[in-house]
Amino acid sequence: MRESTIMKIHYGTALAAVALVAVHILMRMTMNFADSLEYETVLANYKFIPYAIMLELILVLLSVHGFNGLRVILLELKQGRLYEKAVSYGCLAAMFGLIAYGSRTIIMTNMGMV
Amino acid sequence: MAQVSSIADEQSSQSITLRIARYNPEKDNERRFMEFNVPYEKWTTVLEAILDVKKHFDHSVAVRYSCRQATCGSCGMIINGKPRLACFTKISELDSNVVTVEPMNNFPIIRDLAVKFERLFDTHHKIKPYLDRDDTELTSDAKEFMQSPEELEQYIQFANCIKCGLCNSACPTMATDSSFVGPQALAQAYRYVADSRDKGKDSRLKIIDDSHGIWRCHFAGSCSQVCPKGVDPAMGIQLLRGYMLGFRS
Amino acid sequence: MTQDEHKEGIKGMVNPSRYGIERVAYWLMRLSGLGLLAYFIGHIYETSNILRGRVGWNEFLELTQTTEGHILLAIVIAMCVFHTVNGIRVMLGHGGVGVGKPARPDYPYDPASQNYRHKIGIYSAIILAAIAMMYGLAVMFGE
Repeated sequence: MRESTIMKIHYGTALAAVALVAVHILMRMTMNFADSLEYETVLANYKFIPYAIMLELILVLLSVHGFNGLRVILLELKQGRLYEKAVSYGCLAAMFGLIAYGSRTIIMTNMGMV
Repeated sequence: MAQVSSIADEQSSQSITLRIARYNPEKDNERRFMEFNVPYEKWTTVLEAILDVKKHFDHSVAVRYSCRQATCGSCGMIINGKPRLACFTKISELDSNVVTVEPMNNFPIIRDLAVKFERLFDTHHKIKPYLDRDDTELTSDAKEFMQSPEELEQYIQFANCIKCGLCNSACPTMATDSSFVGPQALAQAYRYVADSRDKGKDSRLKIIDDSHGIWRCHFAGSCSQVCPKGVDPAMGIQLLRGYMLGFRS
Repeated sequence: MTQDEHKEGIKGMVNPSRYGIERVAYWLMRLSGLGLLAYFIGHIYETSNILRGRVGWNEFLELTQTTEGHILLAIVIAMCVFHTVNGIRVMLGHGGVGVGKPARPDYPYDPASQNYRHKIGIYSAIILAAIAMMYGLAVMFGE
């Protein structure tokens, strides 16, 4: 993939994540901070499908943005064909790993497998 | 350490300690500093002080210079921690009794204050620093390429680049990324892309669109702060990126 | 010293003392980005404890809902706000917005791209991050 395409994705995921994370935080602030962390409240959030979809979107957007940011920083720190390949594929693998792990929580909780 | 206090007393009421970094990659394991007491006037430049040291005390100090008027771009060095042209920096404006001169960062050292420019010239050459078009104005029946003052204004600032390398020395990405194309070459890419006579925009944008190309600039702006000719590479790079993001056409 | 490229290295990259607030914003952006990624990974792990049922969730909450945990979260809030506001400034700059127009430079060659709009953007990001952090602390410790 061309670097310009990757960076357009980087900017796009940033803007979309800002909007969705703002909603996520505002939802937490509709009630008392301690209450918002209560087991029943959190469970209800996961079971509410639109909210679960939003959490999944945030997970994907932040994973893509975060791990691409990490890739950029690592590419600038050290150079070399092997190193750069390892960084790119390593970040990609970590990104998919995190998305899979987070999706597992969202899907299983949403489907009542708790 | 060499001392020159007698000359300072005779010729000038003011003097500074000039600390010169000495390092010969073929002989030395590490850099050391030599100190010289050098007289100066209000108008004395750092380059003149270095040449004073060469003339009177240590001829072996290696420094590259030529025009002495900020035109050739030869005498870039780190002066009191910042990249500057030695011929364009007056000692009096540094406001310090000690002036430390070191070779530019992010350039391999030849000896003392002289550094290698190969990479800068390579990256400069890579972005095609010439008008790229199929026809030519050099045929007998052709007219010169016309350009309005407004069109000239789009790039003339960037044509002031003297390839001194100060921007590359100040750039935080270049501090760690030896493959980065650098602010000098990127600003020159904009200079030609913005030139109404040029037709090589697409090929130039393709050249700089790689993992160590234009996207490794994070707009820290240090390049523009040290440019002695007002080129403002940071502006050029962002405007160039505007083409790639679709903000400009 | 070796006969290498004489790169300034990480120490030179992060040195904020020579090139003004723009350079400070540059490394704060990196630092906050890395911090937020670390927090995000931790947060995904933290929330996965819901799968352990009420007991597991409450056990983990006891670990995170401490004074240290609240201070850490306040720092995360500050990083998040700074990274967002400064990120929008940088993104606009990357598009060529607010970086000035090319013109014949006049001595003393003040760079147009390093203008007050971007400086205000950086200071705003820092101030908003501080306010958000204090608000977060008030919410978390106010209960």
